[in-house]
Amino acid sequence: MTTSTSLVYLIALPLFSAGLLLLLGRIADKWGHIFATLVSASVFVIGVMEFFAMQGREGEARAATQKVFEWISVGTFQVDASLLLDQLSICFVLLISGVGTLIHIYSIAYMSHDRDRRRFFAYLNLFIAAMLLLVLGDSYLNLYVGWEGVGLASYLLIGFWNQKPAYATAAKKAFVANRVGDVGLSLAIMIAFTQFGTVTFAGVKEGASGASAGALTAIGAMLLLAAAGKSAQFPLQSWLGDAMAGPTPVSALIHAATMVTAGVYLITRSNFIFDASPTAQLMVVIVGAITLLFGALIGTAKDDIKKALAASTMSQIGYMILATGLGPVGYAFAIMHLITHGFFKAGMFLGAGSVMHGMNDEVNMRRYGAIRKVMPITAATFGLGYLAILGVPPFAGFYSKDKIIETAFYAGGVEGILLGGATLLGAGITAFYMTRVMVLTFAGTKRWDENAHPHESPFLMWAPMAVLAVGSVASGFLLNSGNALVNWLEPVVNESHEHHSEHFLPPLAISAMALVVVAIGVAFAILKYRTVPVVAPENVTGFTKAARKDLYQDSFNEAVFMRPGQKLTAGLVKTDYKVIDGLVRVVGWVIQISASSIRNIQSGYVRSYALIMVLGVLALVAAVWMVTL
Amino acid sequence: MDIANYIYLSALLFTIGAIGVVVRRNAIVVFMCVELMLNAANLAFVTFSRVHGNLSGQVASFFTMVVAACEVVVGLAIIVTIYRSRRSASVDDASLLKR
Amino acid sequence: MSILTALQLLPLIGALVVGILPASNAKLVKQVALGFSLLVTLVSIVMAISFDRGNSALQFTEVRTWISAFNINYAVGVDGMALVLILMTTILVPIVFLAGWNESENGRWNVKVFYILLLILETMMIGVFAATDVFLFYVIFEAMLLPVYFLIGGYGSGERAAAAMKFLLYSLFGGLLMLASVIGLYIISTNQGGATFDIARLSELTIDSATQNWLFLGFFIAFAIKAPLWPFHTWLPTAAKSATAGTSTLLLGVLDKVGTYGMIRFCMSFFPDATKTFTPAIITLAVISILYGAFLAIGQKDINSLIAFTSISHFGFITLGIFALTSQSLTGAIFYMVNHGFSTAALFLTAGWMIKRRGSTQIADFGGLQRVAPVLAWSFFLAGMSALALPGLSSFVSEFLVLVGSYAKYPVAAILGTLGIILAALYVLLAVQRALHGETPAPSAGISDLNLREKIAIAPVIAVLVLLGFYPKPALEVINPTTKTVMINAGVSDPVAKVAK
Repeated sequence: MTTSTSLVYLIALPLFSAGLLLLLGRIADKWGHIFATLVSASVFVIGVMEFFAMQGREGEARAATQKVFEWISVGTFQVDASLLLDQLSICFVLLISGVGTLIHIYSIAYMSHDRDRRRFFAYLNLFIAAMLLLVLGDSYLNLYVGWEGVGLASYLLIGFWNQKPAYATAAKKAFVANRVGDVGLSLAIMIAFTQFGTVTFAGVKEGASGASAGALTAIGAMLLLAAAGKSAQFPLQSWLGDAMAGPTPVSALIHAATMVTAGVYLITRSNFIFDASPTAQLMVVIVGAITLLFGALIGTAKDDIKKALAASTMSQIGYMILATGLGPVGYAFAIMHLITHGFFKAGMFLGAGSVMHGMNDEVNMRRYGAIRKVMPITAATFGLGYLAILGVPPFAGFYSKDKIIETAFYAGGVEGILLGGATLLGAGITAFYMTRVMVLTFAGTKRWDENAHPHESPFLMWAPMAVLAVGSVASGFLLNSGNALVNWLEPVVNESHEHHSEHFLPPLAISAMALVVVAIGVAFAILKYRTVPVVAPENVTGFTKAARKDLYQDSFNEAVFMRPGQKLTAGLVKTDYKVIDGLVRVVGWVIQISASSIRNIQSGYVRSYALIMVLGVLALVAAVWMVTL
Repeated sequence: MDIANYIYLSALLFTIGAIGVVVRRNAIVVFMCVELMLNAANLAFVTFSRVHGNLSGQVASFFTMVVAACEVVVGLAIIVTIYRSRRSASVDDASLLKR
Repeated sequence: MSILTALQLLPLIGALVVGILPASNAKLVKQVALGFSLLVTLVSIVMAISFDRGNSALQFTEVRTWISAFNINYAVGVDGMALVLILMTTILVPIVFLAGWNESENGRWNVKVFYILLLILETMMIGVFAATDVFLFYVIFEAMLLPVYFLIGGYGSGERAAAAMKFLLYSLFGGLLMLASVIGLYIISTNQGGATFDIARLSELTIDSATQNWLFLGFFIAFAIKAPLWPFHTWLPTAAKSATAGTSTLLLGVLDKVGTYGMIRFCMSFFPDATKTFTPAIITLAVISILYGAFLAIGQKDINSLIAFTSISHFGFITLGIFALTSQSLTGAIFYMVNHGFSTAALFLTAGWMIKRRGSTQIADFGGLQRVAPVLAWSFFLAGMSALALPGLSSFVSEFLVLVGSYAKYPVAAILGTLGIILAALYVLLAVQRALHGETPAPSAGISDLNLREKIAIAPVIAVLVLLGFYPKPALEVINPTTKTVMINAGVSDPVAKVAK
């Protein structure tokens, strides 16, 4: 381990900038966006420098740590604010700050007409700081701070236009769903501390070998719950679609490229837990497989371009989660897919934003059509991202997604066939819905409003899209050449060099199968969407209806959690007033009643007082008589 | 003559007085009944003074008479005032303290 | 004279000075009162600096004979726990003065009375944490009710008289139970050679378990009412609804802490056996409080009673931490008391400003405040974030310590308590959404943002929340020795990690 002194700046700079811009208020309106972008860029520069510094170090010394200060120290519970930059976290640092900076640049133009642009950039910087803390923390508790920090940033950004009630509700929904996941993370930390007496990654890794299977499975399950909340995986997936209420650059950065992949990071980081608990791994692959199909199916019926992309994100993260559940071989491929996905999905979201920018914020793809003619650059960059997500060689997705499909098949036995089948099917559906998005948006005839005047976006917007498109083309090849990423990550995830030769399907056959499935999906979509009605048809199959309603995920949550919860709350409010406070009031009431009945003796009639006196004397005499008798 | 008879008489007078106070409404009558009770007490004092052979009881009865005289002065003044304001000497009409 | 005595005398002198000022000059009265409260803050900070952190014994002690016939003394002294609570009190009082600059104007009595009551209350709040004589503690514990009674009844709003009466009678009832237990302790100490009310000597008594149970209950019920723990909580929402924002701040932020403080200081050190007997029952009540308070907070329409119910939930966490009795949970609970003080202050004060500007306490009457009054909205938002224990704010550190410490011994309770953090997100964000987000309705459009005085009042509260969130070490360092002492007295040690390092 190398000791570093510069890691803290990665987090401190954007955090400081966020605080500054928020505190200064309108004074900073003129230069806030530039300042924030420069800060983000300088974080990227520091990240690149750290990366090259790492290249210069060998073996154990590659990872760097920095203890910033002693945070919490109570008895044996010792947590420092310490940072750890190793082969895994540097991938994220570069992705977050790199894509983050591009999106800062894009937003300068995209948000130029918004009166609160400075606030938007402050939130973006806050997000960068929290996300970097998430991936740089050296213990689960530090990670947790970043984990909730990105949740807060996401909440603020989804609700950026919170004057619209639906957007405010979407923000709240995202935060609450994330909190359910956070409960998982905090329980995992509690179990880890009880088991191992420490919550640092290194400490838990050391102890994991000696822990009972039950404890490891419990920690694994709780970490999975956390990952499901943050990464919009089944059963906590419902918030992601609504999160598209945020400005589109936010959807690109937070809800596609970085924050939603935090679950993949968490599981990869905790590889020592999952490797030691097959039960937890099984849960991970099941969640991943369900989500990748779930998201893909929703994606087939969405007319809102951002929601279609969001469903796709959910599905692609399902691939990554599934990969992390496949044991040591899967982690590197999950991370590879995460990086390539970061490029192509962010690029496509920015493309969608560019289209919306030119179309008066119209999101309904049925009102697009033939946009390639008016927005050639957007169409081209989007198209490259499209080819990448489909997994067409040699684009990025081909390398990363194919590896996951391959690994899924190689899981062996029935499990391998099921998982492999699911990933293949997912690839086919992905091809279908992405082609649908392409066709509806860029091809066909124009269906837009009279008063829409689509035009190509300014340089500041298309330049980041172009950079991301380059990434969509080249990143897969670069990361895969000579197993670069796999070897790079090996010290973190303990990749065991398995030989795939004994498997019944050679990798080439699997790639071919995947391409065939993709081709079928593409062909099907092109055939189906030769003509597109402007208004979504009503007489559709039950399946389409279900997919339009997100496979009834919200109805389920409402029926199972929300309404009973509301009833419980209303019931408790009544009970509190009637029963608990009622008892208190009964005590007061009894005293009042008895007092007022005794008061009646004070009639005001002299004779009744006299009578009582007489009776009193008689009673007294009688008492004396009784005692002396 | 048996000394106990005086005690009986005293008790009888006191009872008549007490019943009168409780039963009658006219303030003057109530007042006279109170006097009757006081005098019954005086009779008992004097009788016991005779029984014990000392003068303590007789002294006490003098005190009682003085107090009774004071009481008549104050009490009659109150009754007259009430009568003036309410045109009635009934004690039930003077139940203002109830509220 | 100990610095502690000086600290208690200063507000009293302030009250006297305010008393001789002309009532017509309200501004001067406020300035003098604020000046005295700031002086107290300064002295308390001096005291905190000269406090010996490593030392777990009582410091700045002073003993003077008060009623020699019963061996009752004026005895004061502080350990880490009392120090942080006193510091919280002395910081909050000037903030309350500043925040509610005009709160005293529409009362039943004039401005002078308001500040005299508050200054007297400050003396008592310091004294109750400083007292090391049970009788002195009891006297202040009861006497504190009176200024609050007059503050609610005289300067509150709505059904203030009824609320004040309910608060007073409920608290007096608990106080009487405690008095019985105090007398019981005194008699036992007399029988064991040497009548005393000294806390340290009372802790050394040997009491048979049946007696312990009864005496424990006397103290505990008094503290459970004060804290307040479910089901003794119903006075709190009523009081919070009627009291002024400043009074509510001090009532929930400081006075209620006497309950949880007393549980540690008295219940645990006097009756270790009874503590063990009742722990399962109390932990159950604490968990019920956490969830019940949270659910009721979700269901509230009045912003003040919402804050009151969130506090009930938070007091559940504190009680859970205290009775789980591991060093993490106990330190967390004590730290929680401080954080809750500031967090509730932020909530009540910002809510108070909102209510004053809008003229309504109903959450539904607000809306879109973020557009018209951003600083006010941000303050309320941050206060809410602190209530839901967002990492980076101090309440997170304490809540997490409570949970992680409790999990080691009572996993089920900790898991149920953890559900409380989802509910916390719901009750905070529902209120935030209704009050700050959405369209701005016409009556809210004219709401003005915070003025300079209000900004100065809220800034230190938020600063404390953030600073202690990132760097809680100064507080934890002071609290840790107290935790150690309590655990040694109770004869418990931390559970050991299952897999040794």
